[in-house]
Amino acid sequence: MERNKLSDLLQTDKKNLLNIYSTAGYPAIDDTSNIILNAMNSGVDMMEIGIPFSDPLADGPVIQQSSQKALNNGMTLELLFEQLNEIKNKVNIPLLLMGYYNSILNYGTEEFCKKCQMVGISGLIIPDLPLEVFQSEYEDVFKKYQLHNILLITPQTTDDRVKKIDNASTAFIYAVSSASTTGTKTGISDSTAFLEKLSQMHLKHPVLTGFNINNRDAYLQACKYTRGAIIGSAFIKAISNNVKLADGINIFLSSIIQASK
Amino acid sequence: MNFKISESGYYGEFGGSYIPELLLPNIEELKSAFKRIVESTSFQRDFSKLLKEYVGRPTPLYYARRLSAHYNTNIYLKREDLCHTGAHKINNTIGQILLAQEMNKKRIIAETGAGQHGVATATVCALMGLKCIVYMGEVDMERQAPNVKRMQMLGAEVRAVHSGTKTLKDATNEAIRDWINHPEETYYLIGSVVGPHPYPHIVSIFQSVIGDEIKKQLQQSPDYILACVGGGSNAIGAFYPFLDDETVKLIGVEAAGLGLQSGKTAATLTLGSTGVLHGSKSKLIQTEDGQVVEPYSISAGLDYPGVGPVHAFLDQCGRVEYKNATDEEALIAAGLLTRLEGIIPALESAHAFAALEKINPLADENIVVNLSGRGDKDMETYQQKLKF
Ligand SMILES: Cc1ncc(COP(=O)(O)O)c(C=O)c1O
Repeated sequence: MERNKLSDLLQTDKKNLLNIYSTAGYPAIDDTSNIILNAMNSGVDMMEIGIPFSDPLADGPVIQQSSQKALNNGMTLELLFEQLNEIKNKVNIPLLLMGYYNSILNYGTEEFCKKCQMVGISGLIIPDLPLEVFQSEYEDVFKKYQLHNILLITPQTTDDRVKKIDNASTAFIYAVSSASTTGTKTGISDSTAFLEKLSQMHLKHPVLTGFNINNRDAYLQACKYTRGAIIGSAFIKAISNNVKLADGINIFLSSIIQASK
Repeated sequence: MNFKISESGYYGEFGGSYIPELLLPNIEELKSAFKRIVESTSFQRDFSKLLKEYVGRPTPLYYARRLSAHYNTNIYLKREDLCHTGAHKINNTIGQILLAQEMNKKRIIAETGAGQHGVATATVCALMGLKCIVYMGEVDMERQAPNVKRMQMLGAEVRAVHSGTKTLKDATNEAIRDWINHPEETYYLIGSVVGPHPYPHIVSIFQSVIGDEIKKQLQQSPDYILACVGGGSNAIGAFYPFLDDETVKLIGVEAAGLGLQSGKTAATLTLGSTGVLHGSKSKLIQTEDGQVVEPYSISAGLDYPGVGPVHAFLDQCGRVEYKNATDEEALIAAGLLTRLEGIIPALESAHAFAALEKINPLADENIVVNLSGRGDKDMETYQQKLKF
């Protein structure tokens, strides 16, 4: 079993885990380090950094635009590794990378995993890398570099497959709140039956809920049934509007966290 | 050599199904429906009947006398331009709409570049009384305006795509996103041998009627078959029954745009490297950082940065030779065909004709050129570029 900051966090009894997604190189090319440190100091439990890609299939307009802007800024995967390396010793929360498979394939999978470990990444979310391909081609190299593979499930995923994914997981399971691209719907009130079902399935691994969590209510709803929530599009919007990045981050995060922690 | 797809959906190392978990149930449903349907005699009967009576198949294999004399060889044209709606695309949409009906789907979505696949989809949706939404890049809506009007008259909703390069690649992204957002009621009717498994296989099978007819009509193996390659559906359709017959030289022609070195090209197999786009592993024109490069071609149907995985495989194992033709070469070839044979080809198909300049056939050899579509949609471009 891969031991790192992520598995350590999940082994605590901390609830209401807040995972914030941010696209690397957005809004400006060198903002990512500040965003991570700021969010960490505001009480975020873990962060998911998106590798910008030209064709982000699973993403709605907000994250698509942030990706495009980051690419226009000149962001690259190599630069992201450099930036992460510089703040490595200051970061004490788990960091995940979220990216499309082409970015990794093109970088070279082993080289990519090695770099991830070097810069302190705990896990990877690769939405278009199917479980079966992961198991036959990548499981060993992920293990070698102590990286957790975070797999997704959706309301359409059959119970058998949820169990299969639970068995193949090593950290947490990412429950996609509804059949949609990221940030396409508002809120998760339609998803409670699905989340409730998951909470009763006695899964081996904790579940975090993501997609369409847009405010404190949705965050708390997710936390009612699962170990925590992942916020992406709403955070990206919050840091898009503000002149001062730190203010944008702090205002948004305090609206989510308030006194719940 | 085995050219068939593997059980898990690969041609050699290419293909597969690189899709978000969100689409897995859809893909599984599609796989099992396709398996059921291709083996059923009622499907085979309906499919053949519609191809014959509605599409107008078999399309002629026409001996092009004056073009043959020009190149001092024997050139036959496979007249896919005479299919109902004006291109080979409808062979596939007829097959897939029957599949959608079998799956009881009421909402059909599609992507389109040149608009030919969009028109062919809108057509079969009108025929079957199904709702149709076609995603089309803003740039393509301008350069293929007549096809936009046709789709609208047929009752389809054409949704303009403003993201990315506003061409076929982005239209495909939007169609896949739509599918993710409406997974249960929607059938995604893909237009070429691209996308996640089993689409490349399904489209190959439905398009292979082209090659099957060539085989019957010519009554002997041709020495060459030439076809243009965007995603690669008309090409694989023509090649398919000849893959095992190594005496037939198969030549796919990609769009070189302004030239291979110009940075404005869509010659994926010549310039691309292994990558994953739109759910399958194939060749891809990409930057060092793995970003998909904006392709370019004068022809909207070839303006795509990827290529079907079966072509990546046939290229790698050398069974098919892939050449390319620039915008200018395609325009010249279109002019030549028009004046020698009285046939105005689609700009896509013109690329296949341009390759006649790049092979050296003997006087007694037989060449089949797959004339994938007619040129009506391209009149504005022809008029501007050929200045008449
Ligand atoms: C007439 C014609 N030929 C060829 C193509 C390219 O597609 P494919 O390579 O799948 O045959 C298109 C696509 O729009 C087309 O309209």
